[in-house]
Amino acid sequence: MTTIAEISITPAGAILKGRLISTADITGLYREFAGDYPKFFKMDSLCKLGFVAAEILLKDISAEEKENAAIILFNRNASLFTDRNYQATIRDNNYFPSPALFVYTLANIVTGEIAIRHKIYGETSFYVVDSPDTPLMEEIAAGAFLTSSPSFILTGWLDYDDDHHYEAKLKLVRK
Amino acid sequence: MESVMIRKIADNILSPAGLDTIANYNYVLSLGTQVRVHDNAFDLPEPFCGSLFLRDKILARAKECIPNSEDYTFFESLCILSACNAIAHAQMNAATANRIEAASDDVIFILSTTKGNVDSLENDLDDPRAYLATSARKIAGHFGNGNEPIVVSNACISGVCAQIAAVRALLGGKYRYAIVIGCDVLSKFIISGFQSFKALSPECCRPYDKNRRGLNLGEAAGTMILESCEEDECCNSDWLYAASSIHNDANHISGPSRTGEGSYRVLKDLLQVVDNDEIRFVNAHGTATPYNDEMESIAIHRAALDNVPVNGLKGFYGHTLGAAGIIETILSMKALENGIILPTIGFESTGTSYPLNIANQIGQCIQNGVFIKLLSGFGGSNAGIAWRRDPNRKEGGGL
Repeated sequence: MTTIAEISITPAGAILKGRLISTADITGLYREFAGDYPKFFKMDSLCKLGFVAAEILLKDISAEEKENAAIILFNRNASLFTDRNYQATIRDNNYFPSPALFVYTLANIVTGEIAIRHKIYGETSFYVVDSPDTPLMEEIAAGAFLTSSPSFILTGWLDYDDDHHYEAKLKLVRK
Repeated sequence: MESVMIRKIADNILSPAGLDTIANYNYVLSLGTQVRVHDNAFDLPEPFCGSLFLRDKILARAKECIPNSEDYTFFESLCILSACNAIAHAQMNAATANRIEAASDDVIFILSTTKGNVDSLENDLDDPRAYLATSARKIAGHFGNGNEPIVVSNACISGVCAQIAAVRALLGGKYRYAIVIGCDVLSKFIISGFQSFKALSPECCRPYDKNRRGLNLGEAAGTMILESCEEDECCNSDWLYAASSIHNDANHISGPSRTGEGSYRVLKDLLQVVDNDEIRFVNAHGTATPYNDEMESIAIHRAALDNVPVNGLKGFYGHTLGAAGIIETILSMKALENGIILPTIGFESTGTSYPLNIANQIGQCIQNGVFIKLLSGFGGSNAGIAWRRDPNRKEGGGL
């Protein structure tokens, strides 16, 4: 696989192709690099993180190429940050489950949010692993080329522990 | 690479209807349903209509079969019990007997689940058992397998995606066997969420029917063991992987596409590999929500498969989330082997814009050929896999 571009986002800021491009937080990055997608504010934190990372990485990619791209993401927490928030809404003495929150208790929703924004009709997949150091991430991304022919894959680590601990380490790869 | 084939060598379905595939297949043929109204389940304020395991029965079984069973959650116990049974099945299979060793380096475990042990958050928001990879390691560890397991968490399409992940892992050449386990257990967390969506039916669900009122949730575990082998090692009647595809609707995170876009693209991909006249039936998702079934009818119509028999099996067990893709694939295999097309219980009259050829009673088909398993889910995701059984393959001179 050949890497076309790479981005890393942590609470310290965003690094694109090895260069620090911003020290803003996730909402700051949204304002800097997107700004025109009010649905961003309805998303949970994992989706917001994935959304801004994809926004920066896919900036110069054509619509034709994006249509057949794949999105294959990995993390450790799945949607646990939002799961905990949802759990707090279904306590016996305070029972107000909300569909708008519940839908984000699935880790793969972020792949859907990115697909909607960029009109990506290819594969969207989410896998849960122990750590970003695992060789499984490369093996699984490479495996997608064995049974399908995406134009490229947006892949990598996307994990949201809490507001002070999160990391996106995504890249675009071709066969 | 050309001559490498992927075949299914063993399976298990563990559901409230039975502990193995045969018991479940016979249950389905008897047209029973595990779906019923539960008034006080999980301290929910509303009644809920779905299918639940009897906790005590499973825990007693776990105590009998799993050493240190108290170390495992209910969810993990189900996964282990299902995989144990499938591995025993593989060891009885004449073609693979004595070869598969679950602890071996050439075996990878793949877990399909939407929420794993999410019920552990009820007592402790920081319970480490809520991490899916931790759960998967415990399950693989029970069998002495040290390879890092893969957890597929792709909402309702996980069960098909896990089969696809297994096919890819085997084609990659690093493993010979993949043990693919699908499981979800219900909890206040999951049921309250679906209730808040107004997605649940107050009665047994009616896939594709004009009076359908929503889905039923259910609990199950299922395991498929896949093996990569050379073409000349395959037995005459093996189930061989034929094709697979995953596509997004790029439309909405919780509503299916009005044009069936992702599902249509999945079918179109499969039809590049599989001939229309090989397809005995499409085992569709058929959750019985108004939007899902309508979307599938549009996708199947656009793929020009209107005349192919379509069935949906949610009426027997409800929607078993991460297990659904696995157990419905196994039941479809079992049916086709017996020349049977399973019925869509709950369906009476057409309730979709494009009328499909819905199987509403036990039908017949020839005992070889292809079936397609189709799924769709939250996040706009759609997946399909085609499995082929061709007893005349060798006589016919290969594929």
